[in-house]
Amino acid sequence: MRNAPIDLGPLIPRNREAHPVPYDPDYKTSVSRSPRWPLLSLDSTLTEETGPVFGHSLLGPLDNNLILNFTHGDAPAVGERVRVHGHVLDENAKPVPNTLVEVWQANAGGRYRHVKDTYFAPLDPNFGGCGRTITDDSGYYEFMTIRPGAYPWPNRGNEWRPMHIHFSIFGSGFGQRLISQMYFEGDPLIARCPIAHTIKSQGQIDRLVAPLDIGASKPMDYLAYRFDIVLRGRRQTMFENKMEGM
Amino acid sequence: MVQPLNTLMETPSQTAGPYVHIGCIPTFAGVGGVYPEDLGLSPVAEGAQGEIITITGSVYDGTGWALRDAMMESWQADAEGIFPGHPGADPKVTGFCRFAADKDTGEFTLRTVKPGRVPMRGGGFQAPHIAVWVVARGINIGLQTRIYFEGDDHAGDPLLGRIEQRNRVETLIAKKTGDSQFRWDIRLQGEDETVFLDV
Repeated sequence: MRNAPIDLGPLIPRNREAHPVPYDPDYKTSVSRSPRWPLLSLDSTLTEETGPVFGHSLLGPLDNNLILNFTHGDAPAVGERVRVHGHVLDENAKPVPNTLVEVWQANAGGRYRHVKDTYFAPLDPNFGGCGRTITDDSGYYEFMTIRPGAYPWPNRGNEWRPMHIHFSIFGSGFGQRLISQMYFEGDPLIARCPIAHTIKSQGQIDRLVAPLDIGASKPMDYLAYRFDIVLRGRRQTMFENKMEGM
Repeated sequence: MVQPLNTLMETPSQTAGPYVHIGCIPTFAGVGGVYPEDLGLSPVAEGAQGEIITITGSVYDGTGWALRDAMMESWQADAEGIFPGHPGADPKVTGFCRFAADKDTGEFTLRTVKPGRVPMRGGGFQAPHIAVWVVARGINIGLQTRIYFEGDDHAGDPLLGRIEQRNRVETLIAKKTGDSQFRWDIRLQGEDETVFLDV
């Protein structure tokens, strides 16, 4: 007889209204990459309720500093210095502690360090474009970076991505896995962006726009933007949190 | 008026984009040296108990083209059906892997331990399976699916049992191609579209 697994509780079924539509002709690549059949919906199982756990020992001291991590602190990246911070919560407004948050972005000129990116803007020899951190016990995270540039991309005739930072968040169960993008308050390109507008609820698009957080900025050093993230929550009731049949 | 519910709505997904590798597997993407190694290189360490298997496949779009830019993650139990971190789990199994389509051929490979069957809340077992999550440019919210294995007993599996069109069950079953070798393709759209999950 094996020991009973740890039961964190079933995940709340995903509210698809919160999310982009899979098929959107204005974002052309989605046309051939979106399923046509409905998803198979069912209650979460241990498979989705569990997930990988990453300890703080994973992190190097500069992992959450994109200004310095590519050169290991030797030389800073070019760009407007920005601190991004916030909390990871779940749908029950409970903090999600000790969860891995990964980010990636273009450099200040709007260029990614990638063989497929051939935009005119030059690479910054001091900028790699990735970073990571793990939330603390209250679900809080922060990192330092430079403001990424907007850049053109092939879609409709004249398409530009707003300034954005990609986010990848784990949560405590594999079914909470989420990738999204953070935009910056005041960027006029958000309203024109077909990727942002794969989300059909304006209120939900607004959830991705980080406000300037002047109180968290540092005089003569950096601006701050606040970006809170909400992952799927769990149903928690004494009526069902009992694992049987072991 | 009613009392307010102090609940929050999930943050919306956005596509992982063409450069997801920079953020998730930077060394693979050519951004080496930031981290000692990419996360999730292997779901098993040397000495893991059970059968080590290799699953090969491609991710096809609706035109039949194999994506060169897809990234996947997998999560699974150990050979005894125990998830990592749970009592009795094999310490050599992390259960988590990140793997990507080859940039020239589109083919991916997952080398792992064949998982055992997993107990269910309320009794019974799920057949051995690996959860897979697919992201790429053009995929607006990551796609969840599963790998099951040809030759296993799938009777009583709650997920496979819920698929009305029994011909579609085959899209989730990796085919044996040799000793400890399996083939499993993902079809995002079109004929033989993979069953994707909302779970």
